[in-house]
Amino acid sequence: MEEVKLFGYWVSPFCRSVEIALNIKGIQYEYIEEDLTNKSPQLLQYNPVYKKIPVLLHNGKPIVESMVILEYIDETWKNNPILPEDPFEKARARFWANFVDQKCFPALWKTIWSTSEQYEQNKAEALERLKVLENELGGKRFFGGDSIGMVDIVANFIGFSFRTIQEALKLDVFTEDNFPKLWEWAENFANCSPVKKCLPPQDKLIANFPPAYMGKTLVSSFQSRLQLQFHPPAAAK
Amino acid sequence: MQSQRVWLLGFWASPFVQRVKWALKLKGVEYEYIEEDLFDKSSLLLKLNPVQKLVPVLVHNRKPISESILILEYIDEVWKQNPLLPHDPYERAQARFWAKFAEEKVRESTWDALCSRGEEREKAVKSSIEALEKFEEELKLKGTKFFGGETIGFVDLVAGFISYQLPVFEEVGSMKILDSSKFPATFDWIYNFLNHPVIKDDLPAKDLMFDYYAKRSKEISDEKDSCRNA
Repeated sequence: MEEVKLFGYWVSPFCRSVEIALNIKGIQYEYIEEDLTNKSPQLLQYNPVYKKIPVLLHNGKPIVESMVILEYIDETWKNNPILPEDPFEKARARFWANFVDQKCFPALWKTIWSTSEQYEQNKAEALERLKVLENELGGKRFFGGDSIGMVDIVANFIGFSFRTIQEALKLDVFTEDNFPKLWEWAENFANCSPVKKCLPPQDKLIANFPPAYMGKTLVSSFQSRLQLQFHPPAAAK
Repeated sequence: MQSQRVWLLGFWASPFVQRVKWALKLKGVEYEYIEEDLFDKSSLLLKLNPVQKLVPVLVHNRKPISESILILEYIDEVWKQNPLLPHDPYERAQARFWAKFAEEKVRESTWDALCSRGEEREKAVKSSIEALEKFEEELKLKGTKFFGGETIGFVDLVAGFISYQLPVFEEVGSMKILDSSKFPATFDWIYNFLNHPVIKDDLPAKDLMFDYYAKRSKEISDEKDSCRNA
């Protein structure tokens, strides 16, 4: 009998990625919420190198790093593939998943944590990245075509949480006017049943992010309290 | 160009390009190599990799694939001989994890160490050593000649820069990162890797690397200092 466990954190889009993939494949799993300020001995045992979530445990064997976990899930459970069969198309999907993970997510994340001095510059960078993504989406319903695939999964933060947070903070980064195709994608994405099942509650999301323009001191003290829970990405090189 | 022909756009000093060259050689794949000037990028490169504008780019059947680790995955899927990744999904996940670690934790911190000064450099050297300690531990646990077992595999190719490029960085920056007394398993691995027939005949010249990285180290450190003082 298969035993699948996922160690996660409710707000982490990296955990969401894994959950969405497991839901797409119809895999039953036990979800274990981690307190990142007081990490469990199991987490430290299963991910000694990074000590981070998500950790997927399959029949007692741990797999870590969300993108590595997604590939593992796709290779282990062959139904409803999240990557294309053709090697070139697969390479393309991986490329765009990396772009979302390494270029889009950090840029959007920075806008949320911006002080008033930083906001315009961070917003400009985020807009640039979103534009590239919007062009790649083109006329497709999802990045994966007719159904969601790896790129859509990795972009879950854009598809749901970011819009919720930006609305609460009255930011104007990802708008329907600026990105009509991505906006429509986000609506379709958030309504897919494998996604709906594991989205974080909107009110809880909003309660956890401070208003923008709080001023440098307040934001940085909030950041340092949150440092243990969720590491803001390093500045782009 | 004939549809089956394989092209590789590269830059002689790039460790990312080197990984791909080794992979193609291990698989016995014939290809045409095109040297790019990264400081004066060709219209071909900008057309084939418009998003990142970087090498390597592999072109196969007229289709471009970029990002070195993705190219290695592609090569392994298209040319099945001498597999780079294991067959079992769990073992593949382990290999992908360590390849990612070698790239994001080891290589990036050694590059940061090369391209910074003073306290920033000390911090980057410390991070490099910490990352290499984890790498050493994993090598010891495996107890095999290479990360891939008795033959070179995915992780060995991605981590290959440690064997030939890191010593140049250390010399350029007068830094001590890989102490042979503290990293015996890594040094054994380096010896095996550099003596592999596919690897040893395909390495950039050490003196050329020294000159190039000495120049880059100064340029990037100067740029960082001027941004700070601006």
